[in-house]
Amino acid sequence: MKFGVVMFPGSNCDHDAFYALSVNAGKDTTYLWHKDTVIPSGIDCIILPGGFSYGDYLRCGAIARFSPIMNEVIRFANSGGYVMGICNGFQVLTEAGLLPGTLLRNSSLSFVCKDIFLNVRNNNTAFTSLMQVGDVLRIPVAHGEGNYFADTETINILESENRVLFKYCAADGAINEESNPNGSVNNIAGIINEKRNVLGMMPHPERYSDKMMGCSDGIAIFNSLSKQFEII
Amino acid sequence: MKFSSEITITLRNGILDVQGKTVENALHSIEFPMLTNIKMGKFIRLDVEAPDKESAYSLISDACNKLIANPIIEDYKISIIENQGS
Repeated sequence: MKFGVVMFPGSNCDHDAFYALSVNAGKDTTYLWHKDTVIPSGIDCIILPGGFSYGDYLRCGAIARFSPIMNEVIRFANSGGYVMGICNGFQVLTEAGLLPGTLLRNSSLSFVCKDIFLNVRNNNTAFTSLMQVGDVLRIPVAHGEGNYFADTETINILESENRVLFKYCAADGAINEESNPNGSVNNIAGIINEKRNVLGMMPHPERYSDKMMGCSDGIAIFNSLSKQFEII
Repeated sequence: MKFSSEITITLRNGILDVQGKTVENALHSIEFPMLTNIKMGKFIRLDVEAPDKESAYSLISDACNKLIANPIIEDYKISIIENQGS
């Protein structure tokens, strides 16, 4: 299995993602440049990393969405390739229309940078296959615009189709208002598309993928993806 | 012909405007409790080359839907403010 990590101007989690995938998950990983118009053959999963692509100008992810590489990422996703957007990458995916809804300013108006807990809501996906429903992962968040919003109809569809993979929760797994760091509807922290090959999440699993960090809960996502390809 | 345009982008009704709310709270904490219903938005000015005013409007509207605004959460108002001639 091979990962590609996109570098936009202003991405700042691209190296962390590269390290987590290549060293911690032990998978072949390559960088993809935002001006690239071709995705090298053999790539199975594209990561849109966190950061502040194009300075977050206009709206987070709005300019990056029109980078040359994004035409290819959209084509890749539409043909079934796995795409994962982390933080700013999630914002880019919503702007690109690969995921529904959008990310608003945090309800607190503050940038939040801290460990949070995620309750795994669906393990029947390529991104969560090594987890159990109800598992609690400790993962850091670092964002100013992570307040997931979509209209009621969209939220109902996401919930009824089990497309919310992660919800913010307390350390014991309780999903409540106190554990919601940004005001996201229904504590939503990560969702997948209808075809279940595109994941967007605000927390940063790549930052907690190495035991050296004191917690490596995030590696479960990358290992789940890798396992998918071992089976095939 | 060349037209100038001003675009005002605001959050749609029903979307909590946290910035507006915070500014309103700050105003209320000083001597302006009578200022209410504060909404924050974006203002964009641009020039456009188009055959006529309707085409200019249509071009800008396309750009708003595609990039300048996010129709999921934002409304936009376009005014074509002056005809500078060609």
